Amino acid sequence: MPRFRRSDNGCSALKIVVTVKQVPDPNSSLTLEADNTISREKEVVLDPGDECGVEEGLQLKEAHGGEVVIVSMGPERAKDGLRKALSMGADRGVLITDPGLAGADALLTARALAAAIKAEEPDLVICATESYDGSTGMVPPMLAELLGFPQLTFAKKVEIDGSTVKVHRQTADGYQVVEASTPALVTVTAGIAEPRYASLKGIMAARSKEIKQVSLSDLGVEKSEPAETIEGVVDAETRKAGEVIEDDGSAVERIVKVLAEAKVL
Amino acid sequence: MPSILVYAELSAGKVATTSLELMAKARELGDVYAVALGSGAKEAAASLGKHGAKVVHINEDKAFDDYIAEPATDAIASLYEKEKPDLILFGFSPDSREVAGRLAARLGTGLISNASDVVSNGGSFVAKVPYFGGAKVASMKANGKPAIVLVRPKSFEASESGGAAEVKQLDISVADSSKRAHITERVVEASEKVKLEEARVVISGGRGMGGPQNFPLLEDLASALGGAVGASRAVVDAGWVPYSMQVGQTGKSVRPGVYIAVGISGAMQHTVGMKTSKIIIAINKDAEAPIMKMADLGVVGDALKIVPALTAAVKAKKNG
Repeated sequence: MPRFRRSDNGCSALKIVVTVKQVPDPNSSLTLEADNTISREKEVVLDPGDECGVEEGLQLKEAHGGEVVIVSMGPERAKDGLRKALSMGADRGVLITDPGLAGADALLTARALAAAIKAEEPDLVICATESYDGSTGMVPPMLAELLGFPQLTFAKKVEIDGSTVKVHRQTADGYQVVEASTPALVTVTAGIAEPRYASLKGIMAARSKEIKQVSLSDLGVEKSEPAETIEGVVDAETRKAGEVIEDDGSAVERIVKVLAEAKVL
Repeated sequence: MPSILVYAELSAGKVATTSLELMAKARELGDVYAVALGSGAKEAAASLGKHGAKVVHINEDKAFDDYIAEPATDAIASLYEKEKPDLILFGFSPDSREVAGRLAARLGTGLISNASDVVSNGGSFVAKVPYFGGAKVASMKANGKPAIVLVRPKSFEASESGGAAEVKQLDISVADSSKRAHITERVVEASEKVKLEEARVVISGGRGMGGPQNFPLLEDLASALGGAVGASRAVVDAGWVPYSMQVGQTGKSVRPGVYIAVGISGAMQHTVGMKTSKIIIAINKDAEAPIMKMADLGVVGDALKIVPALTAAVKAKKNG
């Protein structure tokens, strides 16, 4: 396998790409703009799921040698998220930024990411299973298809042995063992690894690490027609707020009454 | 009539409930075809026929069971070339979304995911997609040909319409180049006493439970009520309880008679998976928690005291 280089510790050196993005801080509440889009001006943070992906990438690099490259797409300020991943220990970053990407749908996002990642010729691509803000998880399978990679998804454990990647894929009632040859794309669950804190040394080092900025034309990607056109937005039918009581010792009795009325007791 | 292709997800050889829910909606939208792949596809076809499929395309190659996404993507892409359905419907489940994502990228069409409804509008399809904590619903016209829409579980009621489908063998041999992400072993960890999705009562715990050591309190209440225990994403991510218990957008969708949210603030990620429950009871220290604004009964208090007392009261009433 010419793509594998032998490193000093005798293991195959890995080239790992981790995709990251920034999301509105999950600990703050979202606000809407006048046009019903979610405000992007809020405090943004590196997606917590992506932090786990970065951590997993770093652990694999520590075990096998190699390089961790972070690829992100977003406006100029997405560099903050990249910088955070670099301060955790990743080697360098690539930021795809282009006015044509504002409001990009999953497919355009995947096409742009695929173009940037192809240029890196990775052995392994790590994505979070889904983002914290969209939570739809559509980009990773699209990306795998466009890269021509197999997808090993919902991984709660990842092992590399030579040119084989093996994951424990979380299922509703347990897990599956899934294996494929590299190059491959893996999506990881939030529970896979506790992200490390960036050390002061790491933060200092990250300042001088390279973040390459590329546009759609640099990547040779043309804007495509979006998958959907938003025709309107309405308020969802909301449940009426019911009664809120302070527990003064009588709450249990009230709950029992509700359970009995609902005929579950 | 537009033609609608439903991807029937098979699990342990049976059609997933979500796929049957999609059939009910698809019947309203046009002529319904289904595709069922892997072990059990033949039996699945009979069930899909009862739910309104005119034709079911099947292939029972075991490769569909054992390799992630790629064999199914190949099969549906080849079926698309032959049949040119106007709309392809998938359930918004882990397995289906992986196939849908690959298929959309291969066909170059994009897709709409996480929809709660689909309507036909002058030859095109409009998906209703909840966002912003489920407080807003966007109407999104699908521009893709085919339109590909992924619909949340429990969005429609599955119902039989009578009838039998014509079963057609989907003529495809899965290429070795698609046999890559190989499922080599299946491990069952959690054996649920009462299935979360089918329970009449669901009791879910969140961060307010204080730690995994307190979840047995919820188990006790659940067994007293004959219900099941769920959890919020926060405590699953924290490793307190297994993913199989997660209720919400990235977990299970439930619609029980009574949903009791204990120590759960009510982030959209969670509520989108339970807000169609008939009755919602919330127990939380924080009177301002979003869950209080959607609960039929909100109790502000200490869950660790209220839950055991409630369990005792339920038992007393049952025995009394």
